[in-house]
Order: sequence, then structure tokens, then C-alpha cells
Amino acid sequence: MTGHGGPDPQAPRHSAAPTPRPSATKATKPAHRAPTKSPHRSMPHKPRHSAPAPGKGRFRTRMPARVPALVYASAALVVLGALGWTFWRGLDDRGTALAFGVLIVVGELARWSGGGAAVDREPAPLATAGALAYALLGDNAGQPTQHGVAQVISVAVAAGLVGCVPHVALGRGPSLDSMARRVLTVVFAAVCVQPLYNSGKLQEWVGSGPYHALWVVGILALTALCDAVLAAAMAHARTGWPFGPLLRDELRAMLGIGSAVCATGAVMSLAVAVAGLWALPVFSLPLLLTQLAYRRYAAVRTTYRQTIASLARATEIAGYTPAGHARRVAAISRAVGRELGLSEPDLTVLEYAALMHDIGQLSLVDPVPAGATAVLPAEEQRRIALLGGAVVRQTGVPAEVAVVVERQADPYRDQPLQARIVRAANAYDELVREEGPGGPLTALERLRLATGHDYAPEVVESLVRVLSRGTSVLWQRAV
Amino acid sequence: MRSVPPCARVFIACVAVGAAACAAPALTPRTQWPAVALLALLYAWCEQAPRFRIAGRRAPEGMGTFFPVLLAGAFLLPPAAAALVAVPGGLLAHAEQRPQWVRRVWRAAQLALSAWAAAAVQAPLGGRGAVAAADFPYVLVPAGAAVVAFCCVLSYLDSGILAATRGLPPVPFRRRGGAPVPAAAWRGLLLRSLAPVGVHGLAGLMMAVLWRSPYGPLAALLVLLPMYVSCWAFAQYHHEQTAHRATIRALVQAVDIKDEYTRGHSERVGQASMMIARELGMDDERVEVLRFAGILHDVGKLGVPTRLLRKDGPLTPEERRVIELHPEYGHEMVRGIGFLGEARTAILHHHERLDGSGYPYGLVGSQIPECARVVAVADAFDAMTSTRSYRRARPVAVAVEELERCAGAHFDPQMVRALVRALERHGWHPAVTADESSRDGTVPAARRAPVRADNAS
Repeated sequence: MTGHGGPDPQAPRHSAAPTPRPSATKATKPAHRAPTKSPHRSMPHKPRHSAPAPGKGRFRTRMPARVPALVYASAALVVLGALGWTFWRGLDDRGTALAFGVLIVVGELARWSGGGAAVDREPAPLATAGALAYALLGDNAGQPTQHGVAQVISVAVAAGLVGCVPHVALGRGPSLDSMARRVLTVVFAAVCVQPLYNSGKLQEWVGSGPYHALWVVGILALTALCDAVLAAAMAHARTGWPFGPLLRDELRAMLGIGSAVCATGAVMSLAVAVAGLWALPVFSLPLLLTQLAYRRYAAVRTTYRQTIASLARATEIAGYTPAGHARRVAAISRAVGRELGLSEPDLTVLEYAALMHDIGQLSLVDPVPAGATAVLPAEEQRRIALLGGAVVRQTGVPAEVAVVVERQADPYRDQPLQARIVRAANAYDELVREEGPGGPLTALERLRLATGHDYAPEVVESLVRVLSRGTSVLWQRAV
Repeated sequence: MRSVPPCARVFIACVAVGAAACAAPALTPRTQWPAVALLALLYAWCEQAPRFRIAGRRAPEGMGTFFPVLLAGAFLLPPAAAALVAVPGGLLAHAEQRPQWVRRVWRAAQLALSAWAAAAVQAPLGGRGAVAAADFPYVLVPAGAAVVAFCCVLSYLDSGILAATRGLPPVPFRRRGGAPVPAAAWRGLLLRSLAPVGVHGLAGLMMAVLWRSPYGPLAALLVLLPMYVSCWAFAQYHHEQTAHRATIRALVQAVDIKDEYTRGHSERVGQASMMIARELGMDDERVEVLRFAGILHDVGKLGVPTRLLRKDGPLTPEERRVIELHPEYGHEMVRGIGFLGEARTAILHHHERLDGSGYPYGLVGSQIPECARVVAVADAFDAMTSTRSYRRARPVAVAVEELERCAGAHFDPQMVRALVRALERHGWHPAVTADESSRDGTVPAARRAPVRADNAS
């Protein structure tokens, strides 16, 4: 399933391993983790959940994440080789190299940090676009250029490092992931273009008319595809989430800022061929505008998420539910949704619904004892769910969220998938607390016993798999 | 209410006739019809495109129109043909409000005139030749002139229609409120639009240069992609922001569910806090933060048992202590919301008093954060001027007298003076929430009178 040679993921029924209680893992403070995609900045070769926790041996033991190691190693090799070659041979077309170097430095300086998933995929759009444009560059104002693949890589890496210095000094340098990916992307584009161009074959085959533009677009599309596959493979190796949905999310994200970056790279290389280096500053501004728009979008998304989390905390402060319950249910639901292959928008709906699933209790005059709704009579559960849906409809969240909240207490056969997940996650968290020590085992057992009517079997099995993997996966990208 | 006044109709008709006169010379066989048709089609498609991606949402302010294509047309074509490019897109554009056709004609005419002006300004500077030759540092001169002309005409026409409708400005500028003087409005619009249109102008220039290059129109299309993505991101931004506002409102409504008597209190305290903050000359960002502080000041009441909040009659000391926990509950709830900034301390300290007799910490004088002092005055003012379970609403004058009496002991005199000045200047027109107007029974007649319908948002 994951291709890592782990044992059968079919969890043995009676050995529901002692999974750490989510409540106990609150100490890991997920909220304070830097919002970069990779939690393994400094030690990429040792994913911490690859080491099987005691007692977890019977679940799949995950192999060390080989893909990231491979990616880093190849990127490092390529960079070293390119730098060595460039030192040996010297720079061709120094003016052009300098101009693109400056562009990349500026792009790195304008890098953003923080702001969640939308931003993580492309933290420095202008720098990436500049590097791509240099890799694709043919003529410069009608004059042919001579730079080769090695020089492209050297300029991109050197300028990228220079531009990073202030960020590193402030303690928010780029992640190794994004650097390695950029190197490999640029290598791919440069290898596709530069040797053909420098040997004159490109001119022979496609000429310098509209077909050249088409060729550039085609190469960039291929490059983007490779980048998405690479990113999805790395995320998959690291987290064990299914590859297909990850790739789908990467490709979808590519349509946003990724397509703007690629288009800018193509336009810059073509425009430099026509108008010379003046094209660089002229066309950096539109991309910076795009970056600004994305940054504001990311900022408001973050704020929105925080506000929803606060609304969710209202039930805790009002004493209706125990502290941290909404957040834990959201984290578990998200991980289970991932495991079941939901797409990013669906995961957002799931997360919001999980955060607000108890909000209906605010309408009760007297709180439910300990906030435990899973043990209430079904009618009462459904009434609270409907009240919650009514409150959720007043917030600005998508209507699907309200539907999930309303349907969370129905028998699973009548529920949408997200409601099934929320129901199981909520019941798990409540039962774990109720059972005390050894809670996770008993809680999972009780969930399994109720799969005839209340909880969807595939969701419960997925929950078992998620919990068996340890809780660090659970907290990735949690609120 | 939303209909277009006759005066504005006349103005629109004049602009439309002007635009037609500008575009008419292009209707000859000598015009480069393929280029015009391609650009016009492109522009029409760009105007429609955002609607497919984000159904039903308004195009983002100031960025809703896709200028790069129009400006590329102005760099590539003679003035009359450039004006023609804007027409189909403008006529097909989506108009939010009712008489749609008037608004569409207006949009098409306005854009056609602006594009004509841009093309007419760059022509004598040799813009088209410079674009074709990609003569780079120089081509920026005609391009810059064209952008400035475009902006001037666009914002001039906008301020004209603003004046013609007398205080009911068209969609993108409705927020400004009031009836701005045309000249001032024009300057404001011009300055605000210059930077974004300038960036669009650079994209349009690049597009024109690539269009004329051997790579042809296909390469020019690539320029639009980043612009399109940024438009999309801005639209998403507005979408999420609207959703976020609704969530804040839901937070407030959750309080209202528990405590029916204070329905609408939060919004009104937000409004009063905002008035005080404006009067104190705070910058817009801080005013907004204070508005949120006012709106959310009682959010901690969610943590107080509902029975206590709804209790009629006097409270025991024990019960009073429980209710007095609400600032701390509120602070605990909102402390994760980054953008609230100092509003969070205002929520924690809005029951502190200057002489140290308040709660939760009994802070004295300047120990109390400024924003908390603002919210305290606004809170007390609205509490007095609205009906509670135990008494009827007092008139504004009586409430102000009471505030002035307690200034120095309970309230910061500076804030009280600011509120009095603001009340003298603007009066007290509390906004009514949609929720409140639907429950007429709880709204005292005295307060319903001054409410204006256009305040509801």
C-alpha cells in the first residue's frame, strides 16, 4: 500500500496496540510548530515516527523515509558538481548571469514565511520564476547566449543562498525540502533546454517563432508535473498518507500560484529574448502583486481558522466539554480523512465541522455531564446536532460544514463520509477519557463493537491505522 | 432604493455617446480586425472568468476589472480600435444590482473612453513604434503616460457618477459613505487606483511587446496567467474575509442566545467604541481593532451559566463573583486570534475602573490599557441607553450626564469627552442587527425610531 515493505497494514483485531492518548500528547504543542511543510528541517534522514514506539511492532514498521534522503542527496550532488564545473570553466555572459542572480536574490528577500498550507508550496515565487527563466533562456535581445546547465544551477543556488541570509539570521530560513525541490526543478528545465539550444538543435527543430513559445510552455508543464510528483512522493514517504490524493492536492495547488510562477518564468525568458534584460524588472512587479494577493489570502485564512477555533473553544470555556476536546477531535478527524484519501477542500470542511461539532450544546440551558454526547440517547444526540447545525449556518463556513455537524449523530449508513469521521473521532476522544488508563484500547474495542449501526467500519479501521502510526502524524498541520 | 436616479442616467447617456463617438472611426475595413476581435474576446472572457471559479461572489474591489488586456490594446492599436476592445467585455460584464443594462452600458462606455484616452496619449509619443521595436527604456515613457491617462479618465468618470447619484455611489465605492465632494473623491480614487493600474500597465506592456514579437499572441497570453491568478487570490481573500466576519458575528450571536436581554448590545458597543476611537484621532487600523474589541467584549459570558445570566432580581454575592469571571473567560477564548491584537487586553480589562474598584485585577489609572478604557465607556453608555430586565432605557442626555458624573472615578474623562464630542457631531444611531429587527418584541420603541435602514449591513 505504501510501498515501504511494512508488514500487513490489516491491523490485528485483538492487539490494538497501546496507542498514546491524544490528550497525553498535548505536550507536543503542535500549535507552536513552525508552519512549514516539513517538520524535519535539520535531520531529514531521521523521521521521528519511523522509529517504532514500544509495543507498536505489530503494526507496520515504517522504513526510514528513503525518498527524501534520495532527493536531498541527488540535489546536493548536482549542486556540488555544478559549482565545481562553473569554478573550473568560469562564467559565460556575466552581465546576464548577474541580472538573473540579482532577480533571484530580490525574490528570496521578498520571501514570505508563515501563513499555512497555501503558502508553503511556493514560499518565494519570484526567485523560483527567475531561476526557471534563466534555465529556459535562449537569446538575449536577439543575441545568442552560451551559458550551460551547470551555470544555471550555480547562479540559482548561489543567489538563493545570498537571498536567504537575512531570513536565516532571523531564524526563519527556508526548509530543505523547498530548496531541494527548487534545485531539481531547475535542473530538469535546464537539462531539457540548454544543451539543445547551445548546440543549435532547438533552432533547427522549432525555430524562434510561435513554436518556440509552445515548446517553452510544454517544457514548463512537464517541469511542473515532475515537481508535483516529487513533492507528493516526499510527503508520502514522510507521512504514509496515500499517494494518489497527495498528488492530486499538489497538482491542484499547482493551478494557483504555481501556474503564475511557471507563466512568469516563461514570459521572462521569452521577453528577455525580445527586449533584453529590461524585461526582468518590468515583469517582476506583476508576480510580486500576485504574491501580495496570496499573502493576504493566506493571512485571512489563518485568522479565519483561529476564529473558528475560538468559537469551538466556547463550549469548553462554558464548561460543556472538556478542555482541548474540539482540537483533538479536529486533529484525529483530519488524520483519518487523510488516510481515507479526502482532498484538501474536503479536509477543510471536515476540520471545521470537527472543531464545531459540539457547538449545539451552547443552546442547552444545563450542560451534559462531562460533555459526553456519545453516551446520550440517540434522540438527544440528534437534537443537539441539529441545534449545532443551526449555529454553524450563521457562521460564514461553507454549507457542507453545517450538514456534517447536523448529521453527526445519525447512523453511519445515512451519513456523509465526513460526518462518519467526526462521529467516530468524537466518540473515540470521549471514550478514551471516560475509560481512564488503558483507555485507547477499550475505546477502540467499543467503537468496533458498535460498527453494526453507529460507526462506519472503514472509518474505525482507518482510525486504528492512524493511531497505530503514532501521534506526531496526527498533529501535522493541526490547528 | 438601488435604482439609478435620472441625473445619473443622463450622465451615463452622455458618456455612452462620447464613447460611441470615440470608437466609431474604427468601424472601417482598414482596422486590424483580427487583433481587435482577439483582444475583445480575450477581455470579455477575462471579465467572465472569475464568475466561474467563485460562483456568486463579488469581484474584488479595485481588482475586479481586467486592465492588462485593455492596456495592451491601447499599446497595440489606434485609439478608436482600442476603445472598441473594451465594449463587448463591458456589455457582457456581470452587474450585481438591478437595472443591469444601465450598469453594463456605463461600464462599457467608461472603459472604452479610458482605453481611448490611453491610446491617444501614447500615440504622439511614438508608443506603438517603440512597442514593435521593443525599444526598452524609452517605451516606458509612452506606457507611463498611457497609464496615467487611463487612470485619470477612469477615476474622473467614477467620481462624476458618484456625484450624479448624490451619495449613492456605484458598487466599488459604496463603502465610502456620505456624499463626497467630486474633486476630493476624484483625487482619492486616482491615487488609490494609480498603483494597481500601474502594475496592470506593466503587464499590458509586456503583453503588447510579446504580441508584436516573433513569438506572437500565444506568448502574450502567458502574461495574463499571473494577473489572473492574482485577481483570483484577491477574490478569494474577499470571500474568506466575508466568511470571517460572519464567524465573528456568530460568536456574538452565541452570546445573544444565552443572554437575550443584551441582544444587539455587542454591536452597539462596537459602534460606540469606534466613534470614540475616531474622535481620539486613532489610525484606521486601531479603530477597526477597537470596533472588534467592543463587539467581542462580552464574549466571555458564554462561560457563565445561562441560568445566572437570565436571572431576574438581585444576585447573591456568590453569583456576582461568577458573573465577574466573564472578562477572563473572554480573554481565554479569543487569545488565539492573532489579528485582534490589543483588543484582547480590552476584553480582559473592560470592567476595570480608574479608582481601582473594578475587576478582574483592580488596576488603577493608567495601568488600565487605553483600549480597555474606551470600551468601558462605550459599554456603560449603551447599558444605560438600552432597556434591561430591571429598568427602562434612559435618554442619551441623561446617560451622558451620568457618565460625566462618574468620569475620573470610574471612567477616563478623556474617553467620556471624546464620546460626548462624537455624539454631538454624529448623533447616536445604533446599527440594528438583522437578528434584532426580526424580533420586534425585544426592541424598545424608543430605540427603533432613529435607526436608519441603510445602516444595516
